Amino acid sequence: MLWINLIGVALIAIIVWWFWLYKSSSVALQEGRVEVIVKDGVYQPSKIKIPANKETVLMFTRRDLSSCAETLLIPDLEINATLPLNKQESVTIPASPSGHYAFHCQMKMYVGELIIE
Amino acid sequence: MNNVSKSNTVEAKHACCKPKNTTQPDASDDKITNNLASNDRQSEHHLIVDGASCASCVSKIEKALNSVEGVQSAEMNFAQRTVVVVGNVADASLISAVEIAGYNAKIDTSESEEEAVDEKDKADAKYYKKLIRDMSIALLIGVPLMIYGLAIGEMTVTTSTERLVWFSVGLLTLGVMIFSGKHFYIGAWHSFKNHSANMDTLIALGTGTAWIYSMVVVAVPDLLPLMARHIYFEATAMIIGLINLGLALEVKARGKTSEAIKRLIGLQSKTARVIRDNKDIDIPIENVLLDDLVRVRPGEKISVDGVVTEGHTAIDESMLTGEPMPVEKTQGDKVVAGTINKSGSIVFKATRVGKDTALAQIINMVKRAQNSKPPIGRMADVISAYFVPVIMIIAVLSALAWLNFGPTPSIAFAIVSATTVLIIACPCALGLATPMSVMVGVGKAAEAGVLIRNGEALQSASTITTMILDKTGTITEGAPKVTDVLVANKLTREEVLMFAASIEAGSEHPLAMAIVESAKEQGIEPKKVTGFASIAGQGVEAKLDDSVLLFGNEKLMAKRGINIEAFIDKAQAFAEEAKTPMYFAVNNELAAVIAVADPIKSDSIEAIKRLQNSGIRVVMLTGDNRLTAKAIAEKVGISEYVAEVLPEDKAKKVVELQSDGEIVGMTGDGINDAPALAQANVGFAIGTGTDVAIESADITLMRGSLHGLADAIAVSKATLSNIRQNLFGAFIYNVAGVPIAAGVLYPFFGLLLSPVIAGAAMAFSSLTVVTNANRLRFFKAKEH
Repeated sequence: MLWINLIGVALIAIIVWWFWLYKSSSVALQEGRVEVIVKDGVYQPSKIKIPANKETVLMFTRRDLSSCAETLLIPDLEINATLPLNKQESVTIPASPSGHYAFHCQMKMYVGELIIE
Repeated sequence: MNNVSKSNTVEAKHACCKPKNTTQPDASDDKITNNLASNDRQSEHHLIVDGASCASCVSKIEKALNSVEGVQSAEMNFAQRTVVVVGNVADASLISAVEIAGYNAKIDTSESEEEAVDEKDKADAKYYKKLIRDMSIALLIGVPLMIYGLAIGEMTVTTSTERLVWFSVGLLTLGVMIFSGKHFYIGAWHSFKNHSANMDTLIALGTGTAWIYSMVVVAVPDLLPLMARHIYFEATAMIIGLINLGLALEVKARGKTSEAIKRLIGLQSKTARVIRDNKDIDIPIENVLLDDLVRVRPGEKISVDGVVTEGHTAIDESMLTGEPMPVEKTQGDKVVAGTINKSGSIVFKATRVGKDTALAQIINMVKRAQNSKPPIGRMADVISAYFVPVIMIIAVLSALAWLNFGPTPSIAFAIVSATTVLIIACPCALGLATPMSVMVGVGKAAEAGVLIRNGEALQSASTITTMILDKTGTITEGAPKVTDVLVANKLTREEVLMFAASIEAGSEHPLAMAIVESAKEQGIEPKKVTGFASIAGQGVEAKLDDSVLLFGNEKLMAKRGINIEAFIDKAQAFAEEAKTPMYFAVNNELAAVIAVADPIKSDSIEAIKRLQNSGIRVVMLTGDNRLTAKAIAEKVGISEYVAEVLPEDKAKKVVELQSDGEIVGMTGDGINDAPALAQANVGFAIGTGTDVAIESADITLMRGSLHGLADAIAVSKATLSNIRQNLFGAFIYNVAGVPIAAGVLYPFFGLLLSPVIAGAAMAFSSLTVVTNANRLRFFKAKEH
């Protein structure tokens, strides 16, 4: 039982580390644009780095049939966009100050982060 | 490129661009189109360009487009590969110019809202079909297994024959997992790789755990005590089937939540009959240019916004404004796209086309508002962001607790509780609770002619305790008429009106306009004045020849030391009749008093009663004198009013009420009430739906009636109540469901939730939220 309990505690530690503590790498703006694919429950890439105080365009393509994925929200920037299926949709990020801005679908099942710096 | 070659290009390209089922103008029409450039007309064209790979391509393309006759500006967005061209020019000319420059171009058709909606409906229908298919296959295996388990109860492995049979069933279940549940596992894996967890993670972990445990039982039964050799293949198949069913039903129900938008989009007509070169031609609506003359026959829709130049008719604007009575339109009156011409035939000049029409702006605004969240949803957002990993931890803790303290077979209890916790805890219902209600509520309001700017305004409107109503144009028609002119000995009535109209011609105040209008009706022409000055909240002054003219209220006369005693009783009598008395002085001597009355809107009394019946304190503010204000307030049933208020004092009154703890709504016409509208907790702009008010007010009432105000508050209250029900349902479901799934009731009642029940509950939780939100569609504001 001791081993089982230790495995359980380790599992909890892994969950905490993997989902909350781990800082995954972000994708920086390339040639003035970033393409984001919405597929299989995630935004790919889900961490995007863009320059501060400069208008930037993100190109979203939804390949996921789930109706939740249809809406893209960036609440802190007051952005909401409807992503048509299998079509590229541009979302303009206005010139914004540095910071971390979450983006997600309506149910918050698809989540990503915009790192403006 | 010279003009001749441009014209040829246009003609050559036109044939290929001819849309189906419309009478497209022939080549000569392009010439007509191009000729119109000289008339300063312009509209926006959106192109998608292929082949541009560098910054120099951008300048080449822009240069090519700018050289086309009629183009005022062409700007390319390199990132989007799109170009916005402003100017009076045919689409074909633009495509041709880009092609000559060495690139491919096409008209961006993604702007067609109707097409987008159709495509979305098709995609939803396809997704629904897929989910139903996945559900059917999973339940085809799951249901017989469950019935077998319930009827026979032998879901254990003891003999080698049973091992073989259950191994086959395990493979069959694996087939279900791959065929019907593949999307959950792929989603979970991608999500895991991205260090995030979602609904798929929970389903994949739950069903995966149940299947792996069952396969361990089948493969090596001797490792487990006899009582723990239970298999859960039926749970795996049932969970996958039920969750697919829940998703399918949710897709159906979601489609209904956006019906208001679909209806608004459906209002847009596809073609317009424009008059070009003295010929009526049908063209696609996107080809209508500014200043085009458009003919509309009875029963037809107005295609773009414009001003009537010919004819007389009645137009049904109910779909935009909620106003049921058709509105009479004649020369000079505005018409709005999407409304229906009821009686006569008219010709109107296009003043706004494409994305600039009021209808297009309204659709955009409603769409934006539908996706915004009121503050009430923020807590649910914060919770759902951390929810899934927390649930995973609870599942692990629950399994450990059963293993350490549970009865025999503790491993079976541990597996069941962990699986059930994972399955029942999906936060989808929590995530959907707010947006679904906002989507229906904002749409419902739009149907009643009420445009709500965002979720915050929607929530604030439901909490208003005091509503301030501006008098002129809000309670009253805002179109006053001169009722009495009392003159002193020196001047005649006509002279007074001429002087008054001359001085007021430069003012935009409704009372001033009434005087100018009255003079015009009597054939009196105003003269040109000099030194015009407006004295805020008091009146105006100017010079005409050598005479100094002063026109305004009692305050102004007192300030200038003019004796008004001769008319003060008469003025008071006018005021008591709800007429506004205005004094007119020439060279600092009182010359006349003019009474102007602004009729109360026919339904103001009833609408104010509706507001008061819903528990809202109604206060009237007006710049008018006390007696007139009192008379109007009494007529409409308002006991609290503040008269002789300067525009800047209206905002102060709002602050005063707010400091008393009131949640204040301010209703005005959006221009002179702007500071008060901005200061109020919720600003309602009335009757100016097609103008700046759409963008600036928290809530815009498309029709002039105060019923719109009562409707807005009723819809807002109903929506907030619906959100609360949804949040309560979702929270209770998770707060109560998770501990029960973990087994807290077992020590007391011997109750442990089955993973199948958890699967069904999870599947129907989102559906319950969406269905409850859809109840709002049947809400009738006027009955509340």
